[in-house]
Amino acid sequence: MKRIKWSEWALAVCALAVSAGAHAAPSTEMLANACAGCHGTKGASAGPSMPSLAGQSKVFFIDAMKKFKSGERNATVMGRLAKGYSDEQVVAMADFFAKQKPQNQSAAVDPALVASGKAISDSACKRCHLENGKEFEEDTPIVAGQWLKYLQIQMDEFSSGKRKMSEKKVEKVKSLSRADWEAVAHFYASQK
Amino acid sequence: MTMERRNFLKLLGAGAATATVGLAGCATQSVSAGGGRKVVVIGGGYGGTIAAKYIRMMDPSIEVTLIERNDHYVSCPFSNLYLGGILPDMSSLTIKYDKLASNYGIKVVQAEVTGIDAAGHSVTTSKGVFKYDRLVASPGIEFRTDEINGYDPEIMPHAWKAGPQTMLLRKQLEAMKPGGTVVLSIPLAPFRCPPGPYERTSMIAMYLKQNKPGSKIIVLDANPDIVSKKGLFLKGWKKHYEGIVDYRPAKKVTEVDAKKMSVMIEGIEEIKGDVINVIPPQKAGHIAHVAGLVGPDKKWCPVNPTTFESTLQKDIHVIGDSSIAGAMPKSGYSANSEAKVCAANIVALMNGRDISDMSAVNTCYSFLSANEAVSVTGVYQVNKEKNAIEAVAGSVGVSPDLSELEAVYAQSWIKNILTEMSS
Repeated sequence: MKRIKWSEWALAVCALAVSAGAHAAPSTEMLANACAGCHGTKGASAGPSMPSLAGQSKVFFIDAMKKFKSGERNATVMGRLAKGYSDEQVVAMADFFAKQKPQNQSAAVDPALVASGKAISDSACKRCHLENGKEFEEDTPIVAGQWLKYLQIQMDEFSSGKRKMSEKKVEKVKSLSRADWEAVAHFYASQK
Repeated sequence: MTMERRNFLKLLGAGAATATVGLAGCATQSVSAGGGRKVVVIGGGYGGTIAAKYIRMMDPSIEVTLIERNDHYVSCPFSNLYLGGILPDMSSLTIKYDKLASNYGIKVVQAEVTGIDAAGHSVTTSKGVFKYDRLVASPGIEFRTDEINGYDPEIMPHAWKAGPQTMLLRKQLEAMKPGGTVVLSIPLAPFRCPPGPYERTSMIAMYLKQNKPGSKIIVLDANPDIVSKKGLFLKGWKKHYEGIVDYRPAKKVTEVDAKKMSVMIEGIEEIKGDVINVIPPQKAGHIAHVAGLVGPDKKWCPVNPTTFESTLQKDIHVIGDSSIAGAMPKSGYSANSEAKVCAANIVALMNGRDISDMSAVNTCYSFLSANEAVSVTGVYQVNKEKNAIEAVAGSVGVSPDLSELEAVYAQSWIKNILTEMSS
């Protein structure tokens, strides 16, 4: 059986959301506003371990929520909270955050690590995290300008095996050391 | 002179907006004598700041006035960390209103509210009368001190409104001799912040373990059992504070003796302490009682679960700890989320649009030690048949274990939510 791509899945869900729109409540704003208590007003996070959602890729957002809901992605509160929303509601929230202006965080980064992280990302990451993490492909997130602390936590979860990676990612990053992951986090956090 | 002209032009502009709304067929009263459409928000805490901000974000043509008695607000969430010694002071928990006011064009008035005239749509304060089309009351809690004979918060602090009371309790802990006894009294639910007293137990126990060898904390809980996150608190106390925490369920403090430094449990059992932290039973904030917003239980305010409009007084909405919000706990996050639901539907009502179904979230973190925390979560919606707020199946749950990562996320949560309230 052909595996459905995320983008196709998202489109299908979108169509569903539109057709259900006349009856669908709560409003998109109502749904998305509730996230801001942890992720900041309109998804612009002020807390270093909490990812900004403003400007995030819609496909990635939907994919992440699906994986939180199923338990495929390691989580603290998000595994529980994601169960509170239907697929249509997740699409509406994804749409809301994708439209918000991305916020570049001013987290302090180490210039030496930024330089070595750039070299590592050029060989291992850039085919999916396009334009130094500013653009995305398929289900990859926009990582440029994301909070350093959040990126460090994710890198730690990838390298320790707590957070599952796609086969393609496993292949690309298998030679990275813990120090390499750390450098890549500094590089992406430094991007504006 | 220029100011007057500018205000006049602003009034003209607002008047034009009101006329459009009138044509759109807004059924509710939305025109006040002053010209523009006005919302007054009472209370500058977790609920009030967010209601004011989100109304202005969603419809800048509505004038919003936020009335708060202080020029700052100290967060109750995380104030237990100050008692435990994780936070050196409460400056990181203190917000001011200047940025919120300038960023969103909110008129912030520091005044004491003395009365609400629901029929006349006006609020009386120590700085004059404010007319409104819709009012949002987010007055927090008041204590039912009449249920504890002899209660004096200056001797046995509650520290359940953060600020001077929290500092007083911290000073008392610092002054206590090693080998001393702290008594913590927990009221019957519902009260503000269900896991709060148990987090406080953990934080005080941590302080005693580190600073006052041989000391203990006796927890007298009026409830039959730990109200929130029971398994996790018991696990944390066993792991870190064995022999320090003495938890006793179904012990309702009804009387205190400030001279003897003792508490009395329903006239039969007397317990002495060197430091006594009495959290009295609670009810809606004072102004809710004055304004006739409190229901037959004489404690809390019944509201429409979709708009948070009072079921007792038209055009007055009640959010946060004072309101009866069904399955939602009385927490800071709940107040934040309720405020946004209320704001969105106030804007809809004032523009003659259909209201939206409600969707809200709660997430509460509690610290067990300096670097371990646990959480409880929930996503909430209205069950239309029962006309009550219920949790969405599967969304309510607690952490599987004590977690260092959750402590890291908790630190970012407080940063985000206080930033949301203040800028």
